Amino acid sequence: MEMQQFYYDNKIVKKFIYATIFWGLIGMTVGLMLAFMFLYPNYTSGISWLSFGRLRPLHTNAVIFAFVGNAIFAGVYYSLQRLLKARMASDFLSNLNFWGWQLIIVAAAITLPLGYTSSKEYAELEWPIDIAIALIWVAFGANMIWTILKRRQRHIYVAIWFYIATFVTVAVLHIFNSLALPVSFLKSYSAYAGVQDALVQWWYGHNAVAFFLTTPFLGLMYYFVPKAANRPVYSYRLSIVHFWSLIFIYIWAGPHHLLYTALPDWAQNLGVAFSVMLIAPSWGGMINGLLTLRGAWDKVRVDPVLKFMVVAITGYGMATFEGPMLSLKNVNAIAHFTDWIIAHVHVGALAWNGFLTFGMLYWMVPRLFKTKLYSIALANVHFWIGTLGILLYALPMYVAGFVQASMWKQFNPDGTLTYGNFLETVHEIIPMYWMRAIGGTLFIIGAFIMLYNIIKTVKSGSEVEDELAEATALTPVPSHRTKGEGWHTWIERKPVRFTIYTTIAILIGGLVQIIPVILVKSNIPTISSVKPYTPLELEGRDIYIKEGCVGCHSQMIRPFRSEVARYGDYSKAGEFVYDRAFLWGSKRTGPDLHRLGGKYSDSWHFNHMYDPQSTSSGSIMPRYQWLIKNKLDKSSIESKMKTLATLGVPYTDNDIANAQASMDAQGKKIQGNLYNDPNFVKSYEADKKFAKDNGEEFVEMKDREIVALIAYLQRLGTDIKVKDTQALLK
Amino acid sequence: MLKFAKNYMESISGIEIYPIISLLIFFTFFMGLFWWVATTKKEYIEEVSNLPLDN
Repeated sequence: MEMQQFYYDNKIVKKFIYATIFWGLIGMTVGLMLAFMFLYPNYTSGISWLSFGRLRPLHTNAVIFAFVGNAIFAGVYYSLQRLLKARMASDFLSNLNFWGWQLIIVAAAITLPLGYTSSKEYAELEWPIDIAIALIWVAFGANMIWTILKRRQRHIYVAIWFYIATFVTVAVLHIFNSLALPVSFLKSYSAYAGVQDALVQWWYGHNAVAFFLTTPFLGLMYYFVPKAANRPVYSYRLSIVHFWSLIFIYIWAGPHHLLYTALPDWAQNLGVAFSVMLIAPSWGGMINGLLTLRGAWDKVRVDPVLKFMVVAITGYGMATFEGPMLSLKNVNAIAHFTDWIIAHVHVGALAWNGFLTFGMLYWMVPRLFKTKLYSIALANVHFWIGTLGILLYALPMYVAGFVQASMWKQFNPDGTLTYGNFLETVHEIIPMYWMRAIGGTLFIIGAFIMLYNIIKTVKSGSEVEDELAEATALTPVPSHRTKGEGWHTWIERKPVRFTIYTTIAILIGGLVQIIPVILVKSNIPTISSVKPYTPLELEGRDIYIKEGCVGCHSQMIRPFRSEVARYGDYSKAGEFVYDRAFLWGSKRTGPDLHRLGGKYSDSWHFNHMYDPQSTSSGSIMPRYQWLIKNKLDKSSIESKMKTLATLGVPYTDNDIANAQASMDAQGKKIQGNLYNDPNFVKSYEADKKFAKDNGEEFVEMKDREIVALIAYLQRLGTDIKVKDTQALLK
Repeated sequence: MLKFAKNYMESISGIEIYPIISLLIFFTFFMGLFWWVATTKKEYIEEVSNLPLDN
């Protein structure tokens, strides 16, 4: 049999490694900035693009798609070629994948701080960037499958199955969740509304965790842990069961993000059932990873690569035990909206994704540069300081979550809330926020130590070259099952068919949950008094979305006595039929806002946005003073309303034609209300006079952004502010 | 967009059969999977699990 010579593409791996480190440090640093905003809310005051609401999506996107994303590509491009004994099929596609992905990240880093966001978590990017993501992702997948077809190794190792599932599922999730109708170049409205939007979003959101942060990393674990330990995986049989059961069950679990919300009960319960089942494949995989080290534990003592991997897999085990527990309705009732969830996701991100990436980098870099790691001691320092950082991050956040949830639910003997002022529950956990910031700092210091260590290693090594390898070509085999060949062995050598079966396995769960909620009318009972937003409220809502208010405020009152007592009547599915995108939120750093309308005066909102600490002593909300200065851009309201009408919102042609007049009238009314505050009159009139005296243009208050926002906030939850909602249900 | 597609499922007759079919498909698939995993030859498993180490 003829031996063929070929070269592994190492240069593309090097590029992705550099990108991983670069974006990782940026994403983590933005995270640390956010952690300090809990302690010093106004330290970026006045700079809209450095405000908490706009930076939070930048942090999550940078860590997930830039840091972890580039790490996935680095690991996949390294392992795939070697497992298949073939160079990547197309250098062009490899490079398109690399440069396209970096451009997308840069586009995200520019648009998110400027407030261009769809507000759907981990899917915030606007539609042109979404299209670019889809194209680049397909380039990655096409290159991968093409390489598999050109392989010189008959069997497709389990790691590659996970890569295929990752490619297929992320493509499906991304496309369906991002469906939206554009209004302009960087503004669109979701194709789904309210409850349906929420379900699709969390089907996506949960599976972004599953198929972007988990399956590719499990694939990497199945390659790099055996490599680093120099022994095969503990049980290959287990890995097969692990793969199919994980991808099948994971896709169903999304609704556990929406427990006790207005989502139909059957969908919630389905989500819970599958989430609980998920512990079996997750732990099967974790055990398989850890037991790969059987008989090699002495190596863990001396090899930092294995140390990182052991903590990573342990973190995976903890997070995937906690996940099913959090999906139980009684646990979720406590944990949801609190910092417990922040702890949970950071165990996953810092330990599982972060540490597996670090371990992988420490393993690959010396090999690619044909040298030794510059300093094992520094890698050990990184390991210990990073581990300490994770603990100091996660533990206080668990405590904070418990404390705050307990305080939210505490009643006095006379039936009133013990901590009626939300701020009391915030002040109690400030020390925890301090510890979290310190833990995060340690983790980042560790990452910078790694940067130094890797720079030194790279400098001491030689230039990365494409590596020569040899293998025999595959002899042709009939496409049907050969005699004595198991059916799974047969699917394994048919990559395209394998991909199709994987797609079917992941589609069924999504379809069964989503199609009925969208297509069966009885799932979302309509409420006759719920009307579309007025033009000014719609503009206000878009400002709410732009400023990322949803990052700290929910709009979903769960049907608990403690929530109804604090916020008002619980939220109904029919109230959200005009909400594109839905704004239920997932975290309450501040109180829920669903029934905010009519609770405070317009002047209160005005003063609160100008300086939250003036109206709410000790508040950790930042100032939004630019909203008070900025002129409201009313130019696109007609096209916004037309787009929404196309999507099914009952705006008539008359409504659209009268939009400007309606905005003006509603703005005037709010402006009039603001005149009730003598302090406002004094400073506003002084400003007006100053502008007149100096010949400057003066924008009337009714035409500024703050007025639109107030209009929206005063509308919130008022459609059914009546005792007897049952009568309105039809 | 979705307004055109709403409420169709209620009118599909015999829709109850679909969940049962999906259950059967998956039950059979996983039974088959377990059967295959349990009966695969040891040499094959060993060969495949050593793939990462041989490059």
